[in-house]
Amino acid sequence: MEIGLGHYLTVAAILFTLGIFGIFMTRKTVIIILMSIELMLLAVNINLVAFSTHLNVLVGQVFAMFVLTVAAGEAAIGLAILVVYFRNRGSIAVEDINMMKG
Amino acid sequence: MILPALAFYLFATITVACGVLVIASRNPVHSVLFLILAFFNSAGLFVLLGAEFLAMILVIVYVGAVAVLFMFVVMMLDINFVELRQGFLQYLPIGLLVSFILLVEILMVVGAWVISPEAASVAAAPTPDPALRSNVAALGDLVYTRYVYLFQAAGMILLVAMIGAIVLTLRSRPGVKRQKISDQVSRTRESSVEIKKVQPGQGV
Amino acid sequence: MMYVLITFAPLLGAVLAGFFGRSLGDRAAMLITSLLMTAAAIMSWAALYTVGFGHNPAHVNLLSWIHSGDFQVNWALQIDTLTAVMLVVVNTVSCLVHWYSIGYMSHDEAKARFFAYLSLFTFAMLMLVTSDNFVQLYFGWEGVGLASYLLIGFWYHKPSANAAAMKAFIVNRVGDFGFALGIAGIFLVYDSVTFEAVFSQTPDMVEHTFNFLGYEVHTLTTLCLLLFLGAMGKSAQLPLHTWLPDAMEGPTPVSALIHAATMVTAGVFLVARCSPMFEYAPDALAVVVVIGASTAFFAATVGLVQTDIKRVIAYSTCSQLGYMFFAAGLSAYPVAIFHLFTHAFFKALLFLGAGSVIHAVADEQDMRKMGGLAPHIRKTFFMMWIGSLALAGIGIPGVVGFAGFYSKDLILESSFAASTGLGEYAFFMGISAAFMTAFYSWRLLFLTFNGKPRAPRETMAHIHDSPPVMMIPLYILAVGAVFAGIAFYGPMTGHHWQEFWGDAILILDTNRAMELAHDVPTWVKWLPLVVSVAGIGLAWLMYIKNTDLGPSFARTHQAIYQFLLNKWYFDELYDWIFIRPAKALGRIFWRIGDGKLIDGLGPDGISSTVLKAARRASLLQSGYLYHYAFAMLIGVAVLVTFYFYAIGV
Repeated sequence: MEIGLGHYLTVAAILFTLGIFGIFMTRKTVIIILMSIELMLLAVNINLVAFSTHLNVLVGQVFAMFVLTVAAGEAAIGLAILVVYFRNRGSIAVEDINMMKG
Repeated sequence: MILPALAFYLFATITVACGVLVIASRNPVHSVLFLILAFFNSAGLFVLLGAEFLAMILVIVYVGAVAVLFMFVVMMLDINFVELRQGFLQYLPIGLLVSFILLVEILMVVGAWVISPEAASVAAAPTPDPALRSNVAALGDLVYTRYVYLFQAAGMILLVAMIGAIVLTLRSRPGVKRQKISDQVSRTRESSVEIKKVQPGQGV
Repeated sequence: MMYVLITFAPLLGAVLAGFFGRSLGDRAAMLITSLLMTAAAIMSWAALYTVGFGHNPAHVNLLSWIHSGDFQVNWALQIDTLTAVMLVVVNTVSCLVHWYSIGYMSHDEAKARFFAYLSLFTFAMLMLVTSDNFVQLYFGWEGVGLASYLLIGFWYHKPSANAAAMKAFIVNRVGDFGFALGIAGIFLVYDSVTFEAVFSQTPDMVEHTFNFLGYEVHTLTTLCLLLFLGAMGKSAQLPLHTWLPDAMEGPTPVSALIHAATMVTAGVFLVARCSPMFEYAPDALAVVVVIGASTAFFAATVGLVQTDIKRVIAYSTCSQLGYMFFAAGLSAYPVAIFHLFTHAFFKALLFLGAGSVIHAVADEQDMRKMGGLAPHIRKTFFMMWIGSLALAGIGIPGVVGFAGFYSKDLILESSFAASTGLGEYAFFMGISAAFMTAFYSWRLLFLTFNGKPRAPRETMAHIHDSPPVMMIPLYILAVGAVFAGIAFYGPMTGHHWQEFWGDAILILDTNRAMELAHDVPTWVKWLPLVVSVAGIGLAWLMYIKNTDLGPSFARTHQAIYQFLLNKWYFDELYDWIFIRPAKALGRIFWRIGDGKLIDGLGPDGISSTVLKAARRASLLQSGYLYHYAFAMLIGVAVLVTFYFYAIGV
């Protein structure tokens, strides 16, 4: 059986949903949320590359590269914020981060 | 023909399973490890798709840098994982429901849509034949010509992220002696030397 | 040009003192307003000479005011004899009051404001008397009402002064409402509001009637009664008189100017001005007679027992205004205006004299706490005597007398000469009032100046006559109180009255009360003098000879005494009929209508709803990251679902 675009998109869709699910079901550390975001970005990258291949357009891979770049930057900044937050408040449990409470 | 299909299913299954475990495992260290595994398998999928360069980038940048950074932070923060409350599950059913609906809808999109035949003809940059031009070379052709500004902007983003991370996390601890060249250079005589008149025979 | 100067000099003074009083300084503001008033007063006498004796009326168009379809109103000065007489009265008294106030208000904080108000009042009054149409008259009418309100409430830190100011304003609203209706009716009937057009058409209107709730009503009578309602409010006639005594809360010069000499006489002026209308509405004239005569009697009875020196004079004013009205009602308009003219002098004199007394005894107004002041303030004492003699109308018929003698006796003679039922009623009321007038005037004099001092010793120690700036106006007014009658009796009310008044006043040939007044029997001519002297004698008996007589009489006739002391319970009656229901109604509207309905549904309701909604919304801001993420997810799911439906996959 031929592995087509649909297969890759399905994998990406499952990964993306997992990432979303991870974001709002996580009760442990904020790090897990960051990881979920990485998962979602990975799903996006899979989509981009899959389309790139199947449409025979290289731009999708260029875009995937930029997404990787942004994801790397986001991970670095996000982790730095986490470190600072932990240093100041002694916890990065999701339950404890609610200073924006109205 | 069966081999690529098998490879795809292998990689896809492991990727999805690792995704589940990333969010489900109790120990964040395990989560990071599963995330690394998911990246590896995604890299395999990329290879299957013919995007060798991106696959390598994924392994080098994600596994080698980002995932290690995650691991590093998890270890450094030294969280007492036992004390972390294990999630309230009262939102689980509705969360599952909404996620499921979303998944189904996305899959419906995937299943129902077809790509129009003219799509290839309007492509901005068709992929050259891999036999004539390797993936890396073809990417390089694009990135260093048409997308050079975006490429530079991406570099800028990384630079800013780097500086930002340093600024955020750097702290100067009191009690640690450091050499500050500027302070040494800007020293003046008045701030450094005090002249005292000493009466003869009395000592200082 | 002179007439423009006369009317606008006070406005100039008011503007200067009112808006620039602070930068000019008190002294400059006082001098500017007073000098401008003096100039206006001198020019008014010239105007009276030109118009009244030179028979040279003038009409000055200033500018067009309202042009709306057929409704055209101009600012104009119509100077006929009636106006000229009023100009003289207003400007002379106002000028003297201005000078007097320089002394009287010397210890007050807000001199510039006071003088600005005084001048503003004068301007409004001049607008009233010089107007050539009803609308400008109404402007002046309301203008003097406003100035009166401001001046009664001049000492706004006194709650009683504020209450009195509001009372004056509100009671006047009742009358002014009638007046406004009258003006509207005049425009409806005549298609014009100028005096000239209205009066020239009036003879054709005698038969005009209109249908009101199934009754055929005589139009002219209705219009005249509505106008007279306004006059009743402004001139404190019987049902609407209650504000005048309370208005004595204002500074005394204000009482002299507004509540004795000028503003309260505006009603009389209005009736005289509208004589061409009233003449054709005999029923309205009858009402005027009854109201006037009743007020003259009523106010005199109340004046008998008042103890506040200013209130006695205020009730006396009320009573004298009643005289003027019933004179006007008997078609003796010139006599009414003549009495207005003389009354202005001696009543202003009495008020300013009373002010001088009050000034001397440290702002005490209760006569029971005065007494024995005559040796200390001899000049004021003489002035008050002259004023009282003029008020009581003392004089020897056919020979000579004080100002009040000529005008008041002529009113009584006219009422007798009318030889109708109404005339006799008015005559009887007038004679009784004359007796009481004499009694309470000398009661006032005796209580204040004679007998043993009842003031505290320290007050008595520095009682002194007022400074010249206050006394000289008194002297001038005293001259008027003595000679105004002799000088103007002939021209104003003699057989050649028409020559003097020109077209200003119309009396039909059938109404000959004034003509016949000169030929009444001798006993009628002597009767006022007799009752006045009797009144004086009784006052002497009760307050000098045998001081126990008064209190014992009050004890034995407690009911009458209380009835009079409480002013026939008019205030209580109004309180019971109008004020309490109005307050109850107001409370209902306030509590339920305003508080619950409008505020509850309106501002308060909206704000509390917003508050509640915001509180709910803020609960959404839990601060937990996953809540936001979840909300986002739901949003994404909804959006995707929407696309499915919208595109129809």
